Amino acid sequence: MSDVTMEQPQVADRAPQPRSSLRQPRLPRWAPPAVAITAAAVGVAIGLGAGLSSRIQWGLIAALLFVLGMYGLAARVEGRRQAKDRLATSLVWVCFLIAVVPLLSLAWETVGRGSKVLDGSFLSHSMSGVLTIQPGGGVYHAIIGTLEQVGIATAIAAPVGLLTAIYLVEYGRGRLAKVVTFFVDVMTGVPSIVAGLFVLSFWILMLDFGYSGFAGSMALAILMMPVVVRSTEEMLKLVPNELREASLALGVPKWRTILKVVLPTAIGGIATGVTLAVARIAGETAPIVLLVFGSQVINNNPFDGAQSSLPYYIYEQWAAGNEASYDRAWAAALVLIAFVMILNLVARGIARWKAPKHGR
Amino acid sequence: MDITSTTAAGPPGPAAPAGRAKAATRAGDRVFLALSRGSGILLLVIMAAIAVFLTVRAASALSHDHGNFFTTFEWNANATPPVFGIAVLAFGTIVSSLIAMLIAVPVAIGVALFISHYAPRRIAAPVAYVIDLLAAVPSIVYGLWGALFLVPHLGGFYSWLDDYFGWTGVLAYHDGAARSLFTIGILLAIMILPIVTSVSREVFLQAPKMHEEAALALGATRWEVIRMSVLPFGRSGVISASMLGLGRALGETMAVATVLSPSFVINKSLLDPGGGTFAQNIASSFKESGDIGKDALIASGLVLFVLTLLVNGAARLIIARRKEYSE
Repeated sequence: MSDVTMEQPQVADRAPQPRSSLRQPRLPRWAPPAVAITAAAVGVAIGLGAGLSSRIQWGLIAALLFVLGMYGLAARVEGRRQAKDRLATSLVWVCFLIAVVPLLSLAWETVGRGSKVLDGSFLSHSMSGVLTIQPGGGVYHAIIGTLEQVGIATAIAAPVGLLTAIYLVEYGRGRLAKVVTFFVDVMTGVPSIVAGLFVLSFWILMLDFGYSGFAGSMALAILMMPVVVRSTEEMLKLVPNELREASLALGVPKWRTILKVVLPTAIGGIATGVTLAVARIAGETAPIVLLVFGSQVINNNPFDGAQSSLPYYIYEQWAAGNEASYDRAWAAALVLIAFVMILNLVARGIARWKAPKHGR
Repeated sequence: MDITSTTAAGPPGPAAPAGRAKAATRAGDRVFLALSRGSGILLLVIMAAIAVFLTVRAASALSHDHGNFFTTFEWNANATPPVFGIAVLAFGTIVSSLIAMLIAVPVAIGVALFISHYAPRRIAAPVAYVIDLLAAVPSIVYGLWGALFLVPHLGGFYSWLDDYFGWTGVLAYHDGAARSLFTIGILLAIMILPIVTSVSREVFLQAPKMHEEAALALGATRWEVIRMSVLPFGRSGVISASMLGLGRALGETMAVATVLSPSFVINKSLLDPGGGTFAQNIASSFKESGDIGKDALIASGLVLFVLTLLVNGAARLIIARRKEYSE
């Protein structure tokens, strides 16, 4: 920070006429959009002229032209420091566009191709008796599987995660808390396939249980716990200490302070975090491949026998590799995304509804 | 957090009432503490169990291996005698993740700055929300999109790269389907972008307003403000965000399994199909695996586990060392 205070006065001192340094010529406000449009036009022209087949190149050329054009223009008119600023600004805008394009394309493709076969019968039928090359069939069995597996996983992971976060924030000093914090971080990085392998070696290979939805739920719970801990921890830390102190000063025991003051204050954020964690594990495929094994028929019992799940269904239909199954894969992807997005909206809603009235 | 210690350190007057309150509520507190500490310990037990179980299985697999586990270039764990090694998988995993990091981290920092400092306020909030939503898009959907949309669209770009940079060998391309490690890298970059962005954005938003305003008041341009007060403050956060992204990229399974066309060779060219990653190999060859095959896959999973442990450990160290910047 000291650079800031040291450097700037010098600049001001060095400038002989303060008037000229304050009233540098500036580019008009319409300059950046104009340069952007020109760059896009030139990019398309070059792309067409040189016969570049891939739109990706057109975009990259246009982006490069825009960044360089803005820098050159600003360096001529406004001076070096302003030019650097313009360079940073245009780079940031280009980054934003680069990030948005694939994401828009993903959404566009999924909705466009997914809505082709998505209808009531797709949602209410399984793949029982349907060959992969035939059109028809549906995702009902997969939806059942996903709901059950994710539900069980949440029932295991949410309480454990919540309590761990409470321990870390409200009680944790000492070595144990440090170790737990460290391993929660490490656990966040455990790849889903490794969690799957663990449950495989423990539950299926050692204890000799069969493939089942519950085995998948255990792996999902392992993936979910650290996410819940992290988000809950953050939310609990946001609760102002004054609230705790006020409650403790009134003679309320610590556990009641946590339950009645701290948690209600943070409940919006906690619910949001848990819902986001649910949304995250709902899309996990790898543990399902190893532990639930996939099925074409409806199996309502998560504790016995192979099930399917939405992400696994997508993988299966993709692997079948023909038009009818691709259509089903896209439709299932749309269903899965809709499910995840609804969870996200619910999380948003909870956060808004439960937000403390006197927020920051 | 230090409520009890601050009250204890306060004036000595209210010590007696505090002691009485403690005595009256000890039972509830004790149960609650035991529950919450128990959950913390449960997490540790799970982590230990993961390490132990994977190691036991891996050891049994290694005792059957007739090749060298680290240098053999093939994966025939179900053959007799079983021969398998992770050289190709390690190469593919690390290279594709590094490509992903190289693409994603600069872009993510840019997007995070866009949201936190550049975008008009009316755009910033929706963009942040959309990015958060995209972090929740399941990896299998990215995989589907990658395989059916991205791969066909990258061929032209790769031929162009081959025309100009083919001489490097690394960027040579021989007109196959673009189901290569580089495509995986691009796809992984897209996948980890939201998470790196949202964590970085949070950190950038927390940069002390006073510092920024001080810099602005001294006549700094917006970029100078960011370079001098926002980036130094956010550095450890960006590093931890990147490590989070790297961990995801290393262990990403389904997107790689759908897009990559695997083979057990190390290609000099990153644009040509071939190679494999740990996670992809586990998912792709699990169903055809017998007992030794499964153990062999678990052994490769253990390597992946250790790899992610190292990445996370390194990230923790860096953050701990840089902490003076943010506090």
